[in-house]
Formats: sequence, C-alpha cells, structure tokens
Amino acid sequence: MILPFVLISLLGIAARAGADPGGTLNLYNWNDYFAEETLAGFQAKTGIRPRLDVYDANEVLEAKLFAGRSGYDLVFPTARPFAARHIQADLYRPLERERLTGLTRLDPAIMSALEDIDPGNRHLVPYLWGTSGLGIDLEKVRGALGDDADLDTWALLFDPDQAAKLASCGISLLDDPSEVFAAALVFLGKDPNRYEAADLESAAALIRAIYPHVRYIHSSQYISDLANGELCVAMGYSGDVAQAQARAEEAGKGVRIDYRLPREGAAVWTDVMAIPRDAPNPDAAHAFIDYILEPAVIAAISNAVYYANPNLEATPLLEEAVRADPGIYPSAEVMTRLFVIAEREDAEIRALNRLWTRLKSNR
Amino acid sequence: MSKNRARALIRLGHWGRPLTIAIPYLWLGLFFLLPFVIVLQISLAEPALTQPPYTALWHWVDEGLLEIRINLMNFRMVWDDSLYASALLNSLRVAALSTLLCLLLGYPMAYAIATAPERWRVILLMLIVLPFWTSFLIRVYAWIGILKSQGPLNDLLLALGLIETPLTILHTQTAVYIGILYSYLPFMILPLYANLSRLDWSLLEAAADLGCRPFGAFLRVTLPLSAGGILAGSLLVFIPVVGEFVIPDLLGGPETLMIGKLLWTEFFSNKDWPLAAALAILLLGLLLIPFVLIQRLEQRLGGQP
Repeated sequence: MILPFVLISLLGIAARAGADPGGTLNLYNWNDYFAEETLAGFQAKTGIRPRLDVYDANEVLEAKLFAGRSGYDLVFPTARPFAARHIQADLYRPLERERLTGLTRLDPAIMSALEDIDPGNRHLVPYLWGTSGLGIDLEKVRGALGDDADLDTWALLFDPDQAAKLASCGISLLDDPSEVFAAALVFLGKDPNRYEAADLESAAALIRAIYPHVRYIHSSQYISDLANGELCVAMGYSGDVAQAQARAEEAGKGVRIDYRLPREGAAVWTDVMAIPRDAPNPDAAHAFIDYILEPAVIAAISNAVYYANPNLEATPLLEEAVRADPGIYPSAEVMTRLFVIAEREDAEIRALNRLWTRLKSNR
Repeated sequence: MSKNRARALIRLGHWGRPLTIAIPYLWLGLFFLLPFVIVLQISLAEPALTQPPYTALWHWVDEGLLEIRINLMNFRMVWDDSLYASALLNSLRVAALSTLLCLLLGYPMAYAIATAPERWRVILLMLIVLPFWTSFLIRVYAWIGILKSQGPLNDLLLALGLIETPLTILHTQTAVYIGILYSYLPFMILPLYANLSRLDWSLLEAAADLGCRPFGAFLRVTLPLSAGGILAGSLLVFIPVVGEFVIPDLLGGPETLMIGKLLWTEFFSNKDWPLAAALAILLLGLLLIPFVLIQRLEQRLGGQP
C-alpha cells in the first residue's frame, strides 16, 4: 500500500527536476500579498519557476534570516524597524542596480525616506505601503455610541468609557506592542518615538484600563471577524481592513466596514524587497524585482490586496475604487499626520515586549 | 547446527553486545546530548546583531591565548523576573490538571477496550489511533470551528435550549483544556490498554470468591496492578503538555500564559536566543524531577513497567 505512493512521489520529484530550464526562485512573502496572476505571469515571462512560502509576522522572517541559509532568494520585510536592523547585521546582498531598469518609476519621496536606513538605496526596493488605523463597523458603533459619534479618533479604543460601550460588539488590538504603544502614546499627545519611562508607564496604564473590554489581540483574525460582524472596532492595517470591507460586501449581510485614520496620528509603514546575502539564486531575484517594477504588475497587486504602491507610473492603471480610497491613498492633509515607527535599542524592544506579555496575561 | 554457524554466533556474541548497546547510546548522543550541548552553549552567550544572533563563547585573541566569555545573566534574568516563574507554574498547573483529566477519561476507555471481546478490540483501538492520520495542526484548527461563538457546539446547545446566548469558549483556558484533552487522550489510553490487557483476570475472580465486591476488587486489585500503565500514560501526557505551544496559541486567549508561548516571544519578538535557550534548559531540568521521582517509585513497585 505504501509502495505506490513512494513511486508516485519519486516520479513527481523527477518530473519537477526536469522542468526548470530557468531555475527556481524561492520567495518568502506575507500571506495574501500577491495578485492571483503575479507568479504565473513571472514564469511565463522569464521561464523561472517561482516557489512561494508565506509568513504572517516579521519576526518569523527575521528568525530565519538571522539563523542563516534560509534558502530564500527574495524576502519582503517591513522597512522599519526590521529591514533597517537586517542591514545593520549585514544580512542582505547589495543590489545590482543597473539590472533594475524600473527603479526610476518609483516615488523619489519614498526612496529618499528609505535612505535613512539604507544609504544610497543599496539593498532595499519598496514594494507596497500602508497605514495602521481603525476598522469600524459603522452601524454597530453608531448603535453603541450614538449617531453623531466621533469616529476619527483613537478614543474609540483608548477612552475607557467608549471602550466599555463597544465591548459587547467586540474590540480587537494588533498583537504588536510597538504599534499599540505608538497609538496609545499619540492618543495621550506624546511623541510615539520617544521612549521615556514615564510616558511608557502612562501608555501601559491606559492599555491596562481598556484591557477588560478587548475581545482579543491578534494581527489577522480581525479580517474575517470584522466582515462577518463579530467585531465592531479593530485596530488594523489599511489593506487588511479594506479586504474585510470587500468580504463584507460580498457576503451581502449588510455589514458596512469603514477604515479611519485617527486625527491624533497613525503609523505609516513600507514593506520592501531584499535579497538575503546567502540567496541561492540572486539572478532570479533581480529578475523578479524588475518584474514587480513593471507598472501593470504592481497595479494588479494593489488592486487585489488594497495596499498602496510606490510606482508612480502604476497610479493611472489602478482601479478607481482603489486610487480614490482615502484609506489606501490618504489625502495630502492626512499624510501630514502620519508617522513612522523608528528603530529602537534592542534592550528597549525587549523591555517593551516583556511589558506587553505582562499586560496580555494580566500579571 | 553446522560448525560454521555456531562459530558465527560466537563471533556475534563477542561483538554483538557492545554493538547493540552502542546503537542506542549513539542515538542518544547524536539526537539528545549534542542538541542539548548546543542549546546550553547558546544559553551562556549574549544576544548580538549578527548571524546567528548571539556571541561566540570563545575566540582566539592571539596565538595561544584563548578568550572565553560566559554570560550567566540569562539564568539570573529568568530567576529575577517573576514573569517566567509564573509562566512555568501556570504550565505545570495546566499539565497536571490535563493529565488528571486524561486519566479520568482515559482509564474507563482503556478498561472497556481491554475487557471487550477480542474482535471488537482491534476496531476500538483503530478508533483511538485513527485521528492520528490527520495532521495534528488541522485537528486543532478544527476545534476553532467547533468552539467559536457561531459554531456547531453553540448552535447545538442553543437548539436544545440549554443556553440562551452563545457561550464564549474559544480563546479561554477552557478551550485550551478541551484541545489538550482531545489531542493527548490517546497517549493515556494506549499504555493503559497495554497494561490492562495483560492483567490476570483470575485474580478478580479470586477476589470475588473471597467475598470482595467488584468496586473493592477494582480498588485493591486492578488499580494497583495497573499503576505502571498509569505512570507511563501520565508521563506521556504531562511532559509534552508542559511545553505545549500550538494548542494554547490557537485555542487560548491572552491570559493563557504558558512557557511555550514565552519561549516564542523571546526567540522571535525579542530575538533573544540566549534567554530562550536558558528558559529551555531550565524547563528540561524541571521536567527531569518527575522523571527521577517516578523511576524511584517504579523501583519500589518492584521494577514492574
């Protein structure tokens, strides 16, 4: 009974080994972060066979990179603080920029912002960017707080009175202490990147106060729960909330989800492409980056995953609903209120993570 | 027996003993001792922004000058910060209660299988083993579907009129116990069954003949004779549950602080491999204690497995 299976799988391996004239490209990306046709299009164009593994946390990618010999040719970390740290630890291979003809299409403002962590843009190419704000079930929140409720504020989460009223329809937080503390700090009117012990303590006290009203802390569960009405306020990433919005519309049960960027300020982040120093096939990785730099390719990805891209020539190719969505491409006025979460000392990160564990477990 | 074969046997007898003993030792050395030494070495290092993310314990400074740098702060940190102690205690508590629940549920099941007619036994044992054919992860995921507030369990209870509003089971400690009980029950049943199926039932007849009631006979004959199976099953459940990560992560809520999750945080979020390694070493040391105790107990029971 086992023998036929062994034979079949051996045949499969043999068949696969024979069918790769262009070699294999090992990609390691976030889940649901390509359009459906992205990989097939690359293979049709180059003959290189892409293989995709996915992760749902920067930390998982980071552990593999630091352990070494991950076997991946191209990875998609968040620029700050992650890719910044990886460049310091010399984990990435410098790009052969002359092979990336499409680099000129990228927004110079985003490229120059990346120079803070990657001088000369030697290692990183921006992929998509987004923000961290609030996913809101309009009807439920207005039902709990009244029709004239102010929805553009972190107070929905961090004001204990409002959080208490929203507890029964469900509140969730991202499981990422630097995001949650940054939001709590701007709500308190503090600088989200200045880690004074006293500020941190007041932010922790705030989170502790609303904690009993939080249904759960998770970084992706809210997508489906917002869509099917199990949550009414979720701290979430712009594109993920937009995906929840689309799913809610598809389901047609009358759930309407809105994405808001609180006026106190919200985090903006960029995910980048980088080639690990020990990548087995850096040639294929360069070919893939150049493929992503094609306006039609990245526009299709933005249309599918609802995250903004840095490619100026791709903007006319976006669907109207994506380009005009202020949750995906915020207005210039809103952009001035966004901030980047900066790198910190390792000791600070560890202290923050341990504080987070304590908060979550109520110890 | 031919002369040649006899000689071959003698030769094998000469080398056979050391060879057969060497294989398990080689196995243990390669797959237990070596990884342990590696983890121990990491636990004495310091975290660093390098690949791998910790410092080397020694390096040659000059010709003939070896510098060794050992960092004991990781163990001190685990000792000083109450977070780790409380996670360890909570893990031990969860493991102990899970073991007890598995025993209470598994013992009658093992007993029923052992006393079932011969042709039923194979089927019943198959039913215990069959879930293993599905991936462990998928079975735990399935519980998310069953336990969620709009899931089949709540639907059933609502339809039966037993509850008014859906129960919140998912992401609580209760869900963790359900998941553990479900996943680890076979590890309790199988050794118990192996033990009970070898029980000499004529002893029970003798007890009945001498006027002992069935329940008394169970307490005074069956239970003591199955102590070996109870110990083996309990160890198979207790030890992996202490370090369990998947079940509390998927089914538990934030208040389910277990050492496995804390190890994850230290390793991934904090990139602090040395501290994670120190925690792992301490956990191993802690788990050795019940092992040693139980070995002593077994010796006192007369070496019965």
